[in-house]
Amino acid sequence: MADSGETEGPGSKDVIERAKNEGRELTKEEKQRLRKEKKQQKKGKEKKDDKASQDGEKQKKPVSSASPAPQPATQPPTQKAPPAVPALVPVPASETPPPGDKPAKSKAELKAERRARQEAERASKQGKKGDVGGQQVAAGKPKAPPSELQPVVKRLPEYMQADNPEVLKKLAKKLERQQIPLRSDYGYKVSLFSHLHQYSRKAPLTQQLSIPSTVIHPAIVRLGLQYSQGIVAGSNARSVALLHAFKQVIRDYTTPPNEELSRDLVNKLKPYISFLNQCRPLSASMGNAIKYIKKEISNIPSQCKEEEAKSKLLTCIDCYINEKIILAAKAIAKSSIEKISDGDVILVYGCSSLVNHILCEAFEKNRKFRVIVVDSRPRLEGREALRRLVQRGISCTYVLISAVSYILPEVSKVFLGAHALLANGYVMSRVGTSQIALVAKAFNVPVLVCCETYKFCERVQTDSFVSNELDDPDDLIVTRKGKTQLEHWQDVRLLGLLNLVYDVTPPDFVDLVITDLGMIPCTSVPVVLRVKNVDQ
Amino acid sequence: MELQAVLMAAGGGSRMTDLTYNTPKAMLPVGNKPLMWYPLNLLERVGFEEVIVITTREVHKMMSSDSKIKLDVKMKLDVVCIQEDGDMGTADALRHIQERIKTDILVVSCDLITDVALHEVVDLFRAYNATLAMLMSKAHEFTETVPGQKGKKKTAEQRDFVGVDQSGKRLLFMANEADLEDGLSIRKSIVRKHPRMHIKTGLVDAHLYCLKKAVVDFLVDNKSISSIRGELVPYLVRKQFSKTTNSQKIKDDAEDQNQKKNDGPTNHELLISSRDEPLLQLAQERSCWNDHRGDMSEAYHGGKLRCYVHIMDEGPCYRVNTLAAYIEANRLAPKLFEEPAVHPSAVISERCQMGSDSIIGAMCQVADKTSIKRSTIGNSTTVKEKVKVTNSIIMHGVTIEEGCNIQGSVICSNAVIGRGADLKYCLVGNGQRIEAEAERTNEVIVGTDQLMEI
Repeated sequence: MADSGETEGPGSKDVIERAKNEGRELTKEEKQRLRKEKKQQKKGKEKKDDKASQDGEKQKKPVSSASPAPQPATQPPTQKAPPAVPALVPVPASETPPPGDKPAKSKAELKAERRARQEAERASKQGKKGDVGGQQVAAGKPKAPPSELQPVVKRLPEYMQADNPEVLKKLAKKLERQQIPLRSDYGYKVSLFSHLHQYSRKAPLTQQLSIPSTVIHPAIVRLGLQYSQGIVAGSNARSVALLHAFKQVIRDYTTPPNEELSRDLVNKLKPYISFLNQCRPLSASMGNAIKYIKKEISNIPSQCKEEEAKSKLLTCIDCYINEKIILAAKAIAKSSIEKISDGDVILVYGCSSLVNHILCEAFEKNRKFRVIVVDSRPRLEGREALRRLVQRGISCTYVLISAVSYILPEVSKVFLGAHALLANGYVMSRVGTSQIALVAKAFNVPVLVCCETYKFCERVQTDSFVSNELDDPDDLIVTRKGKTQLEHWQDVRLLGLLNLVYDVTPPDFVDLVITDLGMIPCTSVPVVLRVKNVDQ
Repeated sequence: MELQAVLMAAGGGSRMTDLTYNTPKAMLPVGNKPLMWYPLNLLERVGFEEVIVITTREVHKMMSSDSKIKLDVKMKLDVVCIQEDGDMGTADALRHIQERIKTDILVVSCDLITDVALHEVVDLFRAYNATLAMLMSKAHEFTETVPGQKGKKKTAEQRDFVGVDQSGKRLLFMANEADLEDGLSIRKSIVRKHPRMHIKTGLVDAHLYCLKKAVVDFLVDNKSISSIRGELVPYLVRKQFSKTTNSQKIKDDAEDQNQKKNDGPTNHELLISSRDEPLLQLAQERSCWNDHRGDMSEAYHGGKLRCYVHIMDEGPCYRVNTLAAYIEANRLAPKLFEEPAVHPSAVISERCQMGSDSIIGAMCQVADKTSIKRSTIGNSTTVKEKVKVTNSIIMHGVTIEEGCNIQGSVICSNAVIGRGADLKYCLVGNGQRIEAEAERTNEVIVGTDQLMEI
C-alpha cells in the first residue's frame, strides 16, 4: 500500500505540476488527492520501519492473491474480496501490481487505487477488532486507524461541574475578565445533584453590580433580574424577551473605531450571555436563538454601513420571532386541531404557552372538549393555565399530580409542552411530565408533545440527573396554619431540599410530536436537526 | 445609561429654623460632615459616577470650600443653582433641569442618612418595569430630649397612610392625613383588584424615588404639580387604577408614539410605552407568571403604570428635617462609618476624659481636666479646662471657656460660652454669646434678628 502510494505520487504530482504551470488553481479533486498522498507518504514511512516484522507474512500472501489478480485492471474485484480476510492481505496484494505501471495512469485506475486504499483501511480496522490476539501484523498499522477511531474528548460544560474546584476557578477567572460578578451557591445540595449550581432568589446578582450598570447593558440587567425572579418564565417567553433585549442592545451599539461590527458586536454579546447564564441557566431555545443571532452578525459584510447593518439585524430578529414562534404556533395549532375531536377529554400539565394556544384555537373553531389541568408543587403553574383556559370559556378540571392516576381513566388524550427535544428523541420538559407520560402509557392514552423546531437541541440525555436545573430550595417551604415546619432546614445536618426544574421523558412514552414541520415520531428528531443544518 | 441621580439640596429646613437660619440645611454638620455628604456617599458607594445637584448659590459656595466634599466625593457633581427665595418645589426643580435628563432618574433628598442596599429599590424598578419605585422605612422613636421643647412632644405631625398589597411591594394607596377630611376612602376598583391591602401609618418616607423618564416629560407638560412628595407621588399612585390608562392605551400606543411630541399642553396623560411594545407584550403573554391570583385578569391587571415601594425593616434611615431628627442623626451617623473618633489634627491633652462615642473634629483644642461624653465637637473648636460636655452637639468654631457644664445641648457655629456657664438642654444659635456663670435650662438662645423671621 505504501509503495503504491509512493508510486502513484509522482504520477499525480505531474498532473498537479502541470496545473500549476498552467496557472490555474488546483481543483478540489486535485487538492484532495494531494492531501491523501501526503497522508500515504507518512504512512509509508512508518510502514517501512515495520516492514521487517511483516515481511514474513507478506511473502506468503501475495503469491496466492497475486495469481487471481494478474493485471491492474482486475484490481477492483479482488480488492473487494479480501476485506473478509484478516488484516494486511489486500495491502501486499496491491503492492505487487502497481510497481509495474509507473507512467501516467488513467483516472479510472487512480480511482480504483483510491478505493483499494479505502478498502484496505476498512479491512484493517475490522481486522484490528477481530484479532484479539493482537498480531504484530496488526500492529504494523499503528497510527492510521487509531487516529481515525480516537474518540474526541468532549469537555463537559461548566454548568454541570459545580463540584469541581478547578472548573469553578476557571469560571471565576473568566467572569472576572468579563467584569461580571460570580453568583455563589446556596444551601446544602443533595449529593446526587451536587454537580449542578443552586442559587437563592433572595440573593440576586444585581447585589454585586453597580447602579447604574455600565458594564452590562441595562436591558440585559433587567432581563437577568426578571429571569432570576421568575417573572419571565417558560421557554418561548424567555426567548422572546431575550431577543427583545438584544434588539435594544443592537440599537444602542456603536462600533468603536478600528473595529468591525461583525466581530466586535459578537464579542460584546459574550459577557451579556455569561451574565444571563449566571442569573438563570440558559434554555435550549435561548441557546438556538443566540446561535442564530451570532451567525447573522458574523455574516454582515464588512463594507456594510453601521446603520444599515443595525437595521438589517433588527429585521432579522423580528423575522426569527415571527417565523419560529408566532407562525410556528399557528402551524402547530392547525395540525393539532385535526387531532382534537368532539367529546375529547384532554389532559394538560403545567402551563405551556403553546398548548394553551392550541386549546384556545381549537375552542374557537368550535370543537367540543373539556380539559383537565394537572398541577404540581412548588411552582403551581397550572393555576395560570387554568385561568387562561377558563377565561376563554373552556370547561376545566383541576387536580394535583398525585391524583393523575385517579383522573386518567376519564382522559382521551394528553397534550404536553416541551422545553427542548433532545437528539435521541427524549423530551425535556417540566419535572413531572415523565410521570404523566408514564401513567398515560399504562392506561393506553395517547400522548402528544407539541414543540416548535427551534427548541430542538443537539444534546443527548437519557436521565434527568446528568444535566438539570436546581431551583431555590426555599420555594419548598410552605406555611400552613401559621406553622412553617421547614423553616430551619439548614440547621438539620442530614436534610437537603431538592427543587428540580426539568426531567426527560423517553420516546417510548410519546406517541407523536407535533411540530411546525408536521407530525413526526419522536425518533425523527435527528433527521429534522440534520435537515436544519443543511438548510443553514 | 440606566439611571441619572438627582440630589435635591435646595431645601430650606423649614422645620428647624433655629439651626438653619445661618447655615443652609444641606451644609449642617452631622458627625462633623456636611449633611449632603451622606446621600452623596451613598450614591458613590453604589456606583454612580455623576450626580446632578440642585442647590442654591450659597450652598454651592460652601460646597466648594468644604474640604470633606471636595476631597472625599469622587463623583462628578453637576451643580444647578436656583433662586433661594423662589418658591420652587422639587417637581419644579425637575422641570427646570429637564434638558439634562436623558434617562430614568433617581431623586434623592440631601437630608437622607441611610445605609440601605439601594439595589433593593432599583431592582423593583427594573424587574416590574415600574413607573415609580420609592423607599420607606419604619419610623424610629426619638429618645433624646430635644432642647427647647416644652413637655413631651406629641406626634401632632400629620400621619401618612400607605396602602400596600399582600407582598408588601406594590404601592396601592398613599394619602396624608391632612388631605383626608372625613375618613379614608378607597376606590372600589382598587379593592376589587387587590382584595387584601395592608395600610401602614408608622412609615417614614425616605424621599428616594426612581422615576421613569416619561414622568419628567409629563411634568414638563403639567406645570401645576410642584412637589414630588406632596403631589406627584400621590397622583401616580392614584393613576395606577384609573380607567383610562388600561383600555385605551393598547390601541393608542401605536399611533401615540408619533403624536407624543405634538400633543403639547393638552396632553395630560402619562404615556408609558416603549419601543418594541408588541414584543414585550408577547413575552408577557407567553410567560406563565402572574403577580396575583384568584381572579381572571392577567399580570398587573393589564395596567401599565405601576408603583412599587421597598420598606426597610431594620437599619438606619433618617430624614434630618427636624431638630429631634438632627440630634438623633448626630448620635448614630458616626456609627455608619468607621472613621477615627478623634481627628488627627486635634490637640487633646492627656488628662482629658473622652468617651468612646464622642467625635472630635479637626484642629480642635481640648484642654486638661475636661470630660467629653457622647458628644460631637466640630472643627476648630476650643474647649478650655474643667469643662464637662455630655450628650451635646458642638458645631464648628465654638469657644467654651473654663468650668462650663454643657448637657444635652446644641451649640451652633461660632458661639462663645462664657466661663462657668451651665447649659442644660439648650440650643444656642449661631454666633451667640453666653455670658459667664449663666444657667440656662431648656431654652433656645438665638439672636434677636432671627426672632423676627417667624
